[in-house]
Amino acid sequence: MHLHKYEKYWLGLGIIGLIAFLLILGFGAFYLGTHPQSHGELIDPENLEMNEAFHEENLGLTKVDEGRYVLNVVASAFNYNLGTDESGAPISHIEIPAGSKVLVQATSPDVVHGLNFAGTNINMMVEPGYVSALEVQLDNPGEYTLVCNEYCGVGHHMMFGTMEVVE
Amino acid sequence: METATAPAKQSNVFRNKGTMELRLSKNERRLVMSYMYVAFISLFIGGLMGLLQVLVRSGNFELPWGINYYTILTVHGVILGLVLTTFFIIGFQNALMGKTVGYSKKQLNWAWIGFAVMTIGMIIAAITILVGKANVLYTFYAPLQAHPAFYIGITLVVVGSWINAFVNFRQFYMWKKKHPDEKSPLLAFMVVINMLMWLIATLGVATAMLVQFIPWSLGYKNTINVLLSRTLFWYFGHPLVYFWLLPAYMAWYAIIPKIIGGKIFSDTLARFSFILFLFFSIPVGLHHQLTEPGLDSTWKFIQVILTFMVVIPSLMTAFSMFATFEITGRKKGYGGLFGWLKHLPWSDVRFLAPFIGMLAFIPGGAGGIVNASYQINTLVHNTIWVTGHFHLTAATTVVLTFFGIAYWLIPHLTGRKLTKSVNRLGIIQTILWTVGMLIMSISMHIQGLIGGPRRSAYSDYGGTAQATEWGAYQMAQAVGGTILFIAIVLMVYIFVKMIFFSPKGEEEFPIAQEEDNAEPTPRWTENWKLWIAITLVLILFAYTVPIMDVIQNAPPGSAPFDWPIGNS
Amino acid sequence: MNTEKRKQLKSSQESEPNLKGTLISVSVLGVVILVTWFGVLMLYLSR
Repeated sequence: MHLHKYEKYWLGLGIIGLIAFLLILGFGAFYLGTHPQSHGELIDPENLEMNEAFHEENLGLTKVDEGRYVLNVVASAFNYNLGTDESGAPISHIEIPAGSKVLVQATSPDVVHGLNFAGTNINMMVEPGYVSALEVQLDNPGEYTLVCNEYCGVGHHMMFGTMEVVE
Repeated sequence: METATAPAKQSNVFRNKGTMELRLSKNERRLVMSYMYVAFISLFIGGLMGLLQVLVRSGNFELPWGINYYTILTVHGVILGLVLTTFFIIGFQNALMGKTVGYSKKQLNWAWIGFAVMTIGMIIAAITILVGKANVLYTFYAPLQAHPAFYIGITLVVVGSWINAFVNFRQFYMWKKKHPDEKSPLLAFMVVINMLMWLIATLGVATAMLVQFIPWSLGYKNTINVLLSRTLFWYFGHPLVYFWLLPAYMAWYAIIPKIIGGKIFSDTLARFSFILFLFFSIPVGLHHQLTEPGLDSTWKFIQVILTFMVVIPSLMTAFSMFATFEITGRKKGYGGLFGWLKHLPWSDVRFLAPFIGMLAFIPGGAGGIVNASYQINTLVHNTIWVTGHFHLTAATTVVLTFFGIAYWLIPHLTGRKLTKSVNRLGIIQTILWTVGMLIMSISMHIQGLIGGPRRSAYSDYGGTAQATEWGAYQMAQAVGGTILFIAIVLMVYIFVKMIFFSPKGEEEFPIAQEEDNAEPTPRWTENWKLWIAITLVLILFAYTVPIMDVIQNAPPGSAPFDWPIGNS
Repeated sequence: MNTEKRKQLKSSQESEPNLKGTLISVSVLGVVILVTWFGVLMLYLSR
């Protein structure tokens, strides 16, 4: 198979470029540990209580250490359960100090959902049977909308909340 | 007789021979036209749904008669992503096969059976969606449960396409048997590659349908393995997009050169890029599932590497296209670095529409590499960036190329001429499409980068500042989408005009030839057994461990959920 | 005749067509890919 000289240059550079992309991604993933969530912990979708994180009293944001938080969420059609406040009303807004590390854990008792704090790197699929988990450092102050970004039914677009990263 | 002059038996190259072109019989023309009717009716319905979607998402319009947004969205995705594409492609490919290798009477009968099965399946699925019993979008993710008729209808469409695939294989095999020392016609070779890929890929979705969805939706099985169904879907879902793209590449490699008055740049290279597409289109589906909890990160990364491999044949294609333009231009006496651009037939819609399709693939391809980039996918996953991406690749690159094909194919089939006025309308159509898509796609890309979700009806998300910002981009999408709908109406008008009102005549079926002194094509290009074996080995490598893992380490299965889609 | 044709074939393969415009065009394409990819990478890292 005859290749034109320039085509050899082009394909050579193209392949080198692709390898460079892969090396950068691989370095980020396997050296720095920034994988997309690939957790694999199982849970019975009809018995979420089997995992302590999803007991009613453990839902929502909990401070576990200085600058470290855990956010447990049950995503169901068509609501994010972020726990309740002192008066027993459901929480839909959380606040986290900038620079904190937050571990988000989520699962679903019904269908597949998305969990995306728009504008942050917290973006996961939430599937029945699995615990989705991702740890992210939040440095940029601002208000971020929590949206379901995987179709879950006719009320899909009504599933939301907010997170404020405060200075 | 011919073998006496050419002792080619031992040679490792094929004899160069101008491809013999056949005439399409009346029945063959009718078959291809039947596919085209379904495709263009789908275009109109799907386009209308698209218009309604962008209007709803602008926040200033509500659907009448209690029609659900997600019904509209399901119709849009299924009818454009699955029906328009599949019918246009199989119709076009059947025309190519008729033109290059021909049909026997029996083969043509089977091709009609394939069409009938596909059409029946399509109608069953369409009715189920339209009555609101299948608001599951075209990905039908479990455990959302549609009415069983939806799954059965889609399965029939796939089965019908298989019948067609086997007819194409048989045609090709019989031709090879009759012409043992000749290389196959390039376009027939490409059709066989595309249908092979389609056959192997659809085994995934067919398995999901027959083993999981249909028994589960009929109540014979209580639960479903959600992750397995998703993995089988995406095993099919990525090669699906290459199944759309390869017919466009067929036109770019082997038809556009003829339209611009040139020759095929390299027959061998074109075949080689198609072989690479066969290898690397399928073992890459996990890059659609990068943010899913149940899959192993190492295997995700391995499939990301394989995904990057499939970029290479597209890099080859880009070079071939520019080279075809430049060589043709220089031969016509246009010198300089870019003087050759001047010779291109800009006022010929058969060229202009596919050319804009090619340009759209530059940002489309670049965005695709971003999507597949492992952790970076987190930034764009399920945002409306993705919707913007495939409206560049599928709805511009592929669709504008298909329109470019339709301008000569339909008059050729109906025995009419492509007139100057249709050509002019076509150019207006192409410009409208380009402008509408630029507005819509760019605003989708930006809105996605700032977090706007895809697949969502209008919502102010509790009135956050972000949602307000998204609203502005959704307004822009409404403007772009409206222009696109006008372009679709114009295209349907052109379609009708070409069939019924253009003057009778003979329109050319443009198939490019090689240079007289072109390098002969090596015999290894048709080592079919090896190509299939490599394809299967790559699939087994990429999928065996992930699928075993999904089955062996499965959570309790999911019961069906029909109430979230309003189907209880 | 035969050798002449072969010569012609050989020379046509040796003197490759001038594809400078093609090389520049695909280079532009390569730059688009690089800019897009690194742009999105930077955005990812900044979040």
